[in-house]
Amino acid sequence: MSAVPGESQAAEAADLDSVCRHFGISVEDYLLPSRGQIQIVDEGGSLRPAEDQGTEPGHEYPLPDDETLLKAYEQLVIGRRANDQNSALVRQGRMAVYPSSHGQEACQVAAALCLGQNDWMFPTYRDSVAVMAKGVDPVETMVLFRGDWHGGYDPRQYKVGIQSTPLTTQLLHGVGVAHAAKLRGEDTVVLAMCGDGATSEGDFHEALNFAAVFNLPVIFFVQNNQYAISVPLSQQSVAPSLAHKAVGYGMAGERVDGNDLVALMAVLGRAVELARTGSGPLLVEAHTYRMQAHTNADDATRYREDEEVTAWQAKDPLNRMTTYLKNKGLLDDAVTERIAAHAEDTAQALRDGLNQDPEIDPLELFDHVYATQTPQLAEQRALLADELSREGDAK
Amino acid sequence: MSPHITTSSEANGNVSAATARATERAAERAEAAGPRPVTFAKALNTALADAMEADAGVVLFGEDIGTLGGVFRITDGLTARFGVERCFDTPLAESGIAGMAIGMAMNGMRPVIEMQFDAFAYPAFEQIASHLAKMRNRTRGAVDMPVVVRIPYAGGIGGVEHHCDSSEAYYAHTPGLKVMTPSTVSDAYRMMREAIASNDPVVFLEPKKLYFSKDPVDLDALRTEYEAAAAAGEHPTEGHAAVARAGTDATLIAYGPSVSTALAAAAAAAEEGRSLEVIDVRSIVPFDDEAVCASVRKTGRAVVISEAPGFASVASEITARVQERCFHSLAAPVLRVTGFDIPFPAPKLEGFFLPGVDRILDTVDSLQWED
Ligand SMILES: Cc1ncc(C[n+]2csc(CCOP(=O)(O)OP(=O)(O)O)c2C)c(N)n1
Ligand SMILES: [Mg+2]
Repeated sequence: MSAVPGESQAAEAADLDSVCRHFGISVEDYLLPSRGQIQIVDEGGSLRPAEDQGTEPGHEYPLPDDETLLKAYEQLVIGRRANDQNSALVRQGRMAVYPSSHGQEACQVAAALCLGQNDWMFPTYRDSVAVMAKGVDPVETMVLFRGDWHGGYDPRQYKVGIQSTPLTTQLLHGVGVAHAAKLRGEDTVVLAMCGDGATSEGDFHEALNFAAVFNLPVIFFVQNNQYAISVPLSQQSVAPSLAHKAVGYGMAGERVDGNDLVALMAVLGRAVELARTGSGPLLVEAHTYRMQAHTNADDATRYREDEEVTAWQAKDPLNRMTTYLKNKGLLDDAVTERIAAHAEDTAQALRDGLNQDPEIDPLELFDHVYATQTPQLAEQRALLADELSREGDAK
Repeated sequence: MSPHITTSSEANGNVSAATARATERAAERAEAAGPRPVTFAKALNTALADAMEADAGVVLFGEDIGTLGGVFRITDGLTARFGVERCFDTPLAESGIAGMAIGMAMNGMRPVIEMQFDAFAYPAFEQIASHLAKMRNRTRGAVDMPVVVRIPYAGGIGGVEHHCDSSEAYYAHTPGLKVMTPSTVSDAYRMMREAIASNDPVVFLEPKKLYFSKDPVDLDALRTEYEAAAAAGEHPTEGHAAVARAGTDATLIAYGPSVSTALAAAAAAAEEGRSLEVIDVRSIVPFDDEAVCASVRKTGRAVVISEAPGFASVASEITARVQERCFHSLAAPVLRVTGFDIPFPAPKLEGFFLPGVDRILDTVDSLQWED
């Protein structure tokens, strides 16, 4: 029983059976998600009584400490500001496209903050706020959307995969990173992200199965924001929930209110601890809502009603957390001001970085395709260089 | 299958004296000891084992490659020797295999993955084309992808549907991938070692009809030769075609499973007094324009031979390149002998589809010899 979270981290690895024994529940009860979503702080910002949080025996989630919550809240404020700043920069023509996570920031922040220094995250196009919260420079994060290269940061430096667009392909990369770490005896945990619609893809299935069969420390974090562009979840799956999909792979699933930052920190925090101590992979489904269109190029009024959006406004993750922390006495004016200033710093950095025209070197197009350059690319590079120099001469 | 008449170093001319000496020593030793026949499969197996021995980051995985040693036994004995963590079976999911390899490569390993058959690699195509090929470019060179995708390919074994595809064009058309295909036992060893050491992703196409072909080859000598080249930072096979048979009248350009057919055609032509040179492309990407064009400029005539359907194929690309570069040396248009533009035939019909000696010789005959 020594290797169960909360006890010695260095203890020998646990497995599914020992985890179940530790919690005193059957494998079925461990694998199956709780009957409802885990919610710790309700829509109005009040702490729910422990017996009313949707938890079940073996699925209990202790409240994160104040410092953790305050740090997460700060990132939440920064994340909201960054989302809205980026959308504004798209409108101003400074970025080609931005898939905003407005409304999903609690998921974004929790995904990054539940991980340790050496843990990896594999994000999608939607997860820029999570990427920044994991420590990637905001402007480097936006290079993909600014359009001067496909990625702006070194994944190994930050332990963050390049934001992936081909749906769920990145989950397998997360599995591979975890597998390599396991072979070397490192206790790296990987959190791999995807959306609700993406769970229909084949690589979702393959990634979950591989992670389970090889008993790898991977958290699959599904942000169920109810839509895949225009298609609602009901047309993707008739499973009782996306979290239930875990059970078929012999993996524990859990579902959580994705607009409740406290619950997310608690559930993901425990998942990371479990995974680190050898429980194998876990699937966490967060129920949230994409408050804006899929991207700036999309028109959401073609497929959903305003009333639906308004109803979700009341569940906003930021308002709820502000109320909760104020009532808890953790947010006085000074703290609020400090956090707002940090958010403004990020927005300023984004404006400064994206209002500058990036330096573009067309010849770089040939430089990273291969580690060992081919004669053919060298020839094509010379051709473009010649064209460029003649253009230069003509001016 | 006959061994190369010239060595790779002669074919590419950029190999150091050290490597040349090592090759010479290897040849001497081989002669003294009288090397025993070795199968193509054994050469690949030895190359994999040597690479695993040399680098703890080399891991092998795929379907049935562990306990069984692969359906063609290419990984025979490797799990027993290196442990199940370094050579293992995965669940049946090719995209999973390729995707996991990409993640492992991101995290410091050198995966060598096996696709059980050519057509069963297609589920992995998205991972190969969208990530394996692009990761280095996408990360501006920060993340290399030292992954080898081994694919048994092509026909000639009477295989049923989905077991005989020549899929090289899909990979060759994907920037970021390197595409290699050996045709001799020695090259099977050499090229596999180079592919594993490469920091670029290599699609390694193994002509399955050659797996159990044999050549007298000294594997120890090959190992020594490889190590000397590697120490000198050389890659004698990547980007380097080989002259498989020297000749003067026309050039047959072939790769993988077609090289032995081309050699048989050249032997038959020699009896009729026509001297054909055979070029073994070996490295489809990067392509050795220099060696191929040197031969065509010398002979003035060329036929490109490949099993794959000819439309929009590697053979088409080679034909175009030769025509663009050697126009003034050509006495006739460059012709192709390829598979027809049809799905690979059922076993009893494959003989009509595959380029054979007669079809090659007929094509050579039509290279405008009269004027
Ligand atoms: C393999 C693949 N198919 C289609 C697309 C086009 N596409 C981009 S986002 C998207 C919807 C995905 O929805 P979901 O997984 O719910 O994530 P969300 O955008 O809601 O965050 C689609 C269809 C893609 N990127 N990749
Ligand atoms: Mg969605």
